[in-house]
Amino acid sequence: MQNLQRTPLFDFHKKMDAKIVPFAGWEMPVQYTSIIEEHLAVRNAAGLFDVSHMGEVSVTGPDAEKFLNYLVTNDVAKLPIGKALYTVMCYNNGGVVDDLIIYRLEDDNFFICINAGCSEKDVEWFFKHSTNFDCEVKNLSDNYAQIAIQGPKAIPIVSTVLEKEVEQIKKFQIREINIENKSAYISRTGYTGEDGFEIYCDPDIVESLSEKILESGKEDGIKLCGLAARDSLRLEAGFTLYGHEISESISPLQAGLGWVVKLNKESAFIGQDALLQEKEQGIKRKIFYYILNDKRIARQDTDILQEGEVVGKVVSGTFSPVIKKPIGSALVKTEGVNMSKLYVELRKNQIFLEPTKPPLHKLI
Amino acid sequence: MSNIPENLKYTKEHEWIRVKDNDTAIIGITDYAQENLGDVTFVELPEVDQSFDIGESFGVVESVKTASDLYLPVSGSIVEINQSIEDTPENINTDPYGDGWLIKIKISNLTDLENLLSASDYQKII
Repeated sequence: MQNLQRTPLFDFHKKMDAKIVPFAGWEMPVQYTSIIEEHLAVRNAAGLFDVSHMGEVSVTGPDAEKFLNYLVTNDVAKLPIGKALYTVMCYNNGGVVDDLIIYRLEDDNFFICINAGCSEKDVEWFFKHSTNFDCEVKNLSDNYAQIAIQGPKAIPIVSTVLEKEVEQIKKFQIREINIENKSAYISRTGYTGEDGFEIYCDPDIVESLSEKILESGKEDGIKLCGLAARDSLRLEAGFTLYGHEISESISPLQAGLGWVVKLNKESAFIGQDALLQEKEQGIKRKIFYYILNDKRIARQDTDILQEGEVVGKVVSGTFSPVIKKPIGSALVKTEGVNMSKLYVELRKNQIFLEPTKPPLHKLI
Repeated sequence: MSNIPENLKYTKEHEWIRVKDNDTAIIGITDYAQENLGDVTFVELPEVDQSFDIGESFGVVESVKTASDLYLPVSGSIVEINQSIEDTPENINTDPYGDGWLIKIKISNLTDLENLLSASDYQKII
């Protein structure tokens, strides 16, 4: 392993017997006990994830809003103070640089969470395009650890450890709080399809905070969860993952993220012309989510077929511990495709896809 | 540390073999194998009476992480398959040498057994 970074919880993961794998330039816990058990803990009780590998950026100054609105597809002008906005930022050709969460802390002060694997190019992208704006971009990734506590029991567990008031934080809101005398941010967001918090805190206190949360949630059945469960949870929920459902070559419109692309917002943004054109000319490829009524999992890059012709490929594929069936997402061309005739071939078996609108785990 | 019972034979492909009554054997995957596969979700097993050559693939074990072929360590024909594995594939994770067994075979060539690994030989390769 060459030059892999470690989160402040690395020794803690080792102590907790995690399986550690290289991921996006980091040594990350992929699982602690069983992926299925960790996954189900989040659906039924709560799970704690170390997501300190994610990057954090701040943009401040008089032009901060204007700059971000030029950079991303969603409308930052409409974002109130204390709230979070999910968005993507695109290249000129409409391909995706990354997806991100923007928090507005003050009128001219934004806190942004970006993907670990994209963080270097994202930060460069931020700096490159900010030069004509009166604002300051700072890479704060080293200043913050991040943990996510997700699941139906997450809110009471965290509020027992922190102050009771955090229960009042509404979905997609963020608040600054003090944890062990250090400033931190807590937001009611997540990547699992469950209620919960994401906490951005000082790296020095993240281990003791995690231990307290695990201790407090013990009776409720909280579990430490690794990246594998994080992936199967987000896929069940139908959340995109960069490099799979969105990428340099898959536009947000193709990925079904039209709702974060505000083509009519008041100021121009990077990729607007390409996305407008794509919308007008008709979207040629699309991402959809599916269930397989079989036991075999269609893995990433498996061909999607229609009457013997390849019409697309699987971009994410796993097993749903909730519905106990293989699930996935696929990218297919739109022209000439009949969604009810799509199948994969797995070990000589033709298995028809059942295209399904996520969340895939809420169908039972 | 993986559990490697002394009284079984092993293969480089991480299967175990328990020989019974001279020419029948029960086959499964080792503790080390199940640990590396992670949560098993599905096992594809052959039909009873099907015959296989030594080293031939007789099935597939699929986990959340990956799908992996199963190879017959000795030539033979299938006498019985573990039917309960279909509903409870997780038994392979929790009890790989017991409830997680896969197939019972009639060995057609007993000299095949000579190439199998002892517990201590297997320990050395994992």
